[in-house]
Amino acid sequence: MTSTANRALRARRLVLHLVCIAVGTLIVVPVWFGVLGGFKDNGQLSTNPLGWPDPWAPENYTGILASEVFWRQLGNSVLIAVTGTFIMVAAAAMAAFVFARFAFRGRELLFTLFSIGLMFPFAVAILPLFVLLRGMGLLDNPLGVILPQAAFGLPITIIILRQFFRTIPGEVEEAAILDGCGPFGFFWRILLPMARPALATVSVLALVTSWNNFMLPLVVFTDQSWWTLPVGVQAFQGQYSDDTARVLAYVVLSMVPALAFYAVAERQLVGGLAGSVKG
Amino acid sequence: MTRPSTVPDARRGDPATAPPGLGTAQRRGRRPRRGRRGTLAVFLTPALALFLLLVIAPIAVASYASLYKWNGFGLPENFIGLDNYTRAFGDPTFRGDLWRALVLVVLSLTIQLPVALGLAMLLNQPLKGRSVYRLVFFAPYVLSEVTTAVLFNLVFSPNRGLGDTIAQWLGADAGTIFADPDTVLFAVFMIVSWKYFGLYMMLFLAARQGIPRELHEAATTDGAGSWQAFRHVTLPLLGPTIRISIFLSVIGTIQLFDMVWVLTGGGPIHASETMAVTMFQFGFRRFEVGYASAISIVMFLLSLVFALIYQRVVMRRDTEGALTNQGDHR
Repeated sequence: MTSTANRALRARRLVLHLVCIAVGTLIVVPVWFGVLGGFKDNGQLSTNPLGWPDPWAPENYTGILASEVFWRQLGNSVLIAVTGTFIMVAAAAMAAFVFARFAFRGRELLFTLFSIGLMFPFAVAILPLFVLLRGMGLLDNPLGVILPQAAFGLPITIIILRQFFRTIPGEVEEAAILDGCGPFGFFWRILLPMARPALATVSVLALVTSWNNFMLPLVVFTDQSWWTLPVGVQAFQGQYSDDTARVLAYVVLSMVPALAFYAVAERQLVGGLAGSVKG
Repeated sequence: MTRPSTVPDARRGDPATAPPGLGTAQRRGRRPRRGRRGTLAVFLTPALALFLLLVIAPIAVASYASLYKWNGFGLPENFIGLDNYTRAFGDPTFRGDLWRALVLVVLSLTIQLPVALGLAMLLNQPLKGRSVYRLVFFAPYVLSEVTTAVLFNLVFSPNRGLGDTIAQWLGADAGTIFADPDTVLFAVFMIVSWKYFGLYMMLFLAARQGIPRELHEAATTDGAGSWQAFRHVTLPLLGPTIRISIFLSVIGTIQLFDMVWVLTGGGPIHASETMAVTMFQFGFRRFEVGYASAISIVMFLLSLVFALIYQRVVMRRDTEGALTNQGDHR
């Protein structure tokens, strides 16, 4: 009796594993094809797209890594993501503090205004945004990407942070005030340090969003020296459309920072996404 | 404007909207009012300025520009009323965009989300190595749409791609799925799903793990089979997450751009074009900024109306729940 039950259980597990492996294969194979493809030449790619490279041809990777273009795009992506995230989280934390711990007339109205921002698809605003940025002279300027990204990230960040700030008991604030803290002191010395996990979460979300943004840098930067990785990858594909292996190498290299970041910050990312949905 | 002692709006209704710090703020009535107002202004201004200038103002600019025939240079002068809107709704490409958005939404709801839900339930089982599976399934979410699209362009590139080889095994012709107007939209959908199913799976999994174990134990004690437990315990409790996933999926479809732009550019013969791609073509390639603004506004209204109706009708209870739960996390 128990042995049949065991066997049924084991069979069930086997099926579950097989399903997982099948799905995993669908995910991994295209990426694996890219990684190996980068080590092949185009002749090998057409005769042997799946197998190991024979011989290994690292020139595609080394060529890109030796070129200035890749590193500059990487640097631009990092600069924009980090600055933008910093500005956004700072502004959002301040606003969320007010929304969470002050009562004033019009508070809910203002908060609703920000929450409605969640429903503005970025694609809707891109054209007027371009016109505005041109008017402000922010084209071909990293601020032209940083500031709008920060603005569009505000709603979700404010919602998450407000929720978190509310969970900090009023007694903490009272104690701080008794110790002579003003609202600034409380915010800076008590609230922000306590909110470190929440700040990490929203920062990770913002970094990923900024890293993957394509539309805005595409229209803001006509000057190639400002291109970010997504814009660069797309342009590289256009430039070397005949050289599949080389484009594969570029794509793979541009994936590496994102995947490395994912490996480090997976928990914050998942927590942030799940949390933002709850809010 | 800011009277700390009388706060009717925060006191009324849902107690969870009253912040824990409120009591202290009230008792601190002796703090000078002007100082308090100054504090509010200092804390709110950066966010408000960014938001008004870069989120709200563009919407206003677009609604204004949509009433003009305007190439985007100088000031719009040629007022044409609602002609841009009538033009859009008469244009077979734009009407096609609406139709394709509907197709994509239906595909997401019938394929992508159920698959994600199934995998989430699967990864909730005590399975060896499930954290590895989870890590792999979710990984595509961090890749940008552009990278994903370029990768799949190459996977399906004629002669050198993986698609060709696999298709040859199957005796089919992979080179044509992006070239054939009948299949291209489905191909785009598959690649969008490749990137995003992990997100929904993750959300479902997080929600599933938030369901107290006792509920399922009780169901089993009462003789419920695993399907019955899923149907009558798990599914209702996942309701809020499922509903918000549907919401995200619809809003995401309305603004789908990067993936399509890089994969197909909307072709062949508009067969995979989306509203955002049409808008981009007219706004940034043909300099018909007035017309493109009208398309932007239609996208905006679609999202807004959908969001309002959906929140009213479908998610109302969930939001209430979410708000009342907040207090409990303390």
